[in-house]
Amino acid sequence: MAEFTLPANSRVTPGKNYPAAEGATRVRDFRIYRYDPDAGQNPRVDTYSVDLGRCGPMVLDALIKIKNEVDPTLTFRRSCREGICGSCAMNIDGLNTLACTQAIEDIRGDVKIYPLPHMPVIKDLVPDLTNFYAQYASIKPWLQTQTPPPPDSERLQSKQDQELINSPSACILCACCSTSCPSYWWNSDRYLGPATLLAAYRWLVDTRDEATGERLDHLEDPFRLYRCHTIMNCTNACPKDLNPAKAIASIKRMLVERRL
Amino acid sequence: MSQISRPLSPHLQVYRWAVSNTLSILHRMTGVALSIGAIALVGWLLALAAGQASFLQLSELLSGFIGQLLLLGWSFAFFYHLCNGIRHLAWDIDRGFDKHFARKSGLVVVSLSVLLTAAFWVVALTGGAA
Repeated sequence: MAEFTLPANSRVTPGKNYPAAEGATRVRDFRIYRYDPDAGQNPRVDTYSVDLGRCGPMVLDALIKIKNEVDPTLTFRRSCREGICGSCAMNIDGLNTLACTQAIEDIRGDVKIYPLPHMPVIKDLVPDLTNFYAQYASIKPWLQTQTPPPPDSERLQSKQDQELINSPSACILCACCSTSCPSYWWNSDRYLGPATLLAAYRWLVDTRDEATGERLDHLEDPFRLYRCHTIMNCTNACPKDLNPAKAIASIKRMLVERRL
Repeated sequence: MSQISRPLSPHLQVYRWAVSNTLSILHRMTGVALSIGAIALVGWLLALAAGQASFLQLSELLSGFIGQLLLLGWSFAFFYHLCNGIRHLAWDIDRGFDKHFARKSGLVVVSLSVLLTAAFWVVALTGGAA
C-alpha cells in the first residue's frame, strides 16, 4: 500500500543559514536537503546565500562553489558537468533533472534542492541506487543471439534499423525518470520503472537481437510493466528529452499484438 | 556494513504539480467518484421500484442544495473520465506522447469536460425545451 507521508526518521527539519560573502551583488538562496548518517538526526534543509555575481550559470556550479568556499561537508555526485554522465541527477525546484544542465536563471525564487525522490538517502544529495541498477540488470541489457554472426563481418544494420534504437540508446541512466514516477515510488520493489523499461524497449526493437520473445515474457507481469498508468512524469523529467512513457506504451502494444 | 536505517527522500512533498500528473490523479479520483455514483444510481432505481412515496422522497433530497452539488460533481466526473479515457485510448495505441502535445491534449480534455458539464446542466435545467 502506498505510504503518502514520510516515515518518522525521514521528516525534514529546519537547518542552518549560511549568509553570502560580504560585498555580494546578486544573492540567491539555495535551500538544500542535508542528511548526515553519522549525526543520528533527521534530515534538515540548510539555506546557503550565494553570490551569483561570482558563480557559474548552472546549479552544479553553485553546489561546487558552496562545497569549495562555504561548507565542505555538502555531499553530492557529479562528474562530467555536461549532461552525459548522469551523476548529478537530483530534484531541483520540484523537478528531477541534472544539476549541470539546469540554469540557475531559469528558476524563480529560492533554489530548492532535494535528492531524487522516494529513495533511501546515503548522505545529503546522494541516494542509494542499488535497486535501480539491479532492475536495469534484470532485463539483460545486452545483445542476445542464437544464430552465429556472419563469418566475415559484424552483424550489420541498415540505417533505418539503427534509427529505431538511436533515441532509447541515448539514455544515461541518471534515474530522473524512474524516481519522478509515483507508481515507482509506491511499487519500486516490483515495478521496473521508466528507465529500465526504456532500456528493455531498446533491446526489443533492436533488429539484431533474437531474444524478443523471452524479453516480452519477462515483462508480461502486472507489476514489472503494467504499473505504468501513463502519468507522464518520466517524459517530463528526462534531461535528455527521451520518451520513456511512449516506449512503455510501445511495449504494451507489442504484448497485445503478439496475441493476435 | 552500517546498521543505520536510511531516511527516505521527500517525494509527494516536493514534486511539482504539472498538467500531466494533476490530470492523472484527477482521472483516478473521478473514477472513484463514479463508482460511488453507480451505487447511488442503484439506490435511485431501488427507490423507483419501491413506489411513488420513496421515489418522491429521494427526488426531494436530490433537488436540495447538497443533492444538486453531488449531481454536479458526478456529471463533471462522468464527462472528465470519459474525455480523459479517450486520451488514454490514444496513448494505448502509442499516440500523443510528445510532452508538449500531451500537455495541450490535457488542457483540451479539461475544457471539453467543463463545456459538456455546462451543456448537460443547461439541458437538464431547461427540461430540454430548446
